[in-house]
Amino acid sequence: MLNIIWPVFIIISIIYSIITGKVTEVNNAVFESANETVKLTITFFGTICLWNGIINIASKTSMIEKLTEKLSPIIKFLFPDLKKEKEVQKEISMNVVANMLGLGNAATPLGLKAMKSMQKININKESLSNSMAMFIVLNTASLQIIPTTVIAIRNSLGSQNASGIIIPVWISTIIAAITVVIVTKLFIKFWK
Amino acid sequence: MSFINYLSTVAVPIVILIIIAYGVVEKIKVFDTFIDGVKEGIQIVIGIFPTLMGLFLAITLLRESGVLDLVVNLLTPVTNLFNIPKEIMPLAILRPISGSASMAVATDIMSQYGTDTIIGLITSTLMGSTETTLYTIAIYTGIVKIKKIRFVLIAALIGDFVGMIASVGIWRFLS
Repeated sequence: MLNIIWPVFIIISIIYSIITGKVTEVNNAVFESANETVKLTITFFGTICLWNGIINIASKTSMIEKLTEKLSPIIKFLFPDLKKEKEVQKEISMNVVANMLGLGNAATPLGLKAMKSMQKININKESLSNSMAMFIVLNTASLQIIPTTVIAIRNSLGSQNASGIIIPVWISTIIAAITVVIVTKLFIKFWK
Repeated sequence: MSFINYLSTVAVPIVILIIIAYGVVEKIKVFDTFIDGVKEGIQIVIGIFPTLMGLFLAITLLRESGVLDLVVNLLTPVTNLFNIPKEIMPLAILRPISGSASMAVATDIMSQYGTDTIIGLITSTLMGSTETTLYTIAIYTGIVKIKKIRFVLIAALIGDFVGMIASVGIWRFLS
């Protein structure tokens, strides 16, 4: 994707700047962007490393298993077709829990495993099953409890209250997640 | 407002408390585990640096050349309709497409307009409450080699759109 977007952005910008006579600004921007990247990365460094350390402790505890159990009624509601597939249900809820805890590195392999398991019982191998569709849509909703990346960015830019956005993020996430679940359920019912 | 602020502020310490207490109760070597995680974190930051460098270049060029203003102004009818500040539109467009590009844009917006202004707060909320939709769909359908994705993209983009409206709405309501 970026192999297309990136050159398009740069080429358009430079040509446009020549037409509108803003080449000086663009020239400065080239070097400014390099400095900006380094500055962001340095402040970013601390927050990301720190949080990764904390979250590594969580991943070594039985937290994921415990939360997975708690999630089971919701999973049953979201994936009615997987009623008898206990193992797949577990893979799905572990993926959701790992996402919630911000364990991106753990969530993706779990999710891919769940997709493979669902493909095994998929009737039409060329097309996504209802469960797979719901699973993917759920994964496009960001269900993270602590939005670390944003906090890190806010911190690096000198925010007075870098984590002040957590509750609004939760509210917005929940609204979006409920919407996608309803929309997906409707699509499953009416999409041919 | 101050209550929400308070809850947001206690969320991180509480999560850290729960995780560490959990680790202690389950007799995990918490400090060693923490150190291992930090080491992994270093790899993550170093790994993302080249991508960020490339994207910062592209975004800064878009801004300084005036292309960004042009696009934003073209979108004014849409943003007016939904009462969205037009400054966040570059982020709203890039968010579903690329995680690192949207990180670069979000940073750019907040360094221009401030982190704690309404634009900065909406930007942060939008960034935190949405995912890189296209990437997610691509890897999950790719692993099972399925090309017929039915309604998945539409449903996910509806979710992103609702997330954006919600992010704006919350801060319009709170301020």
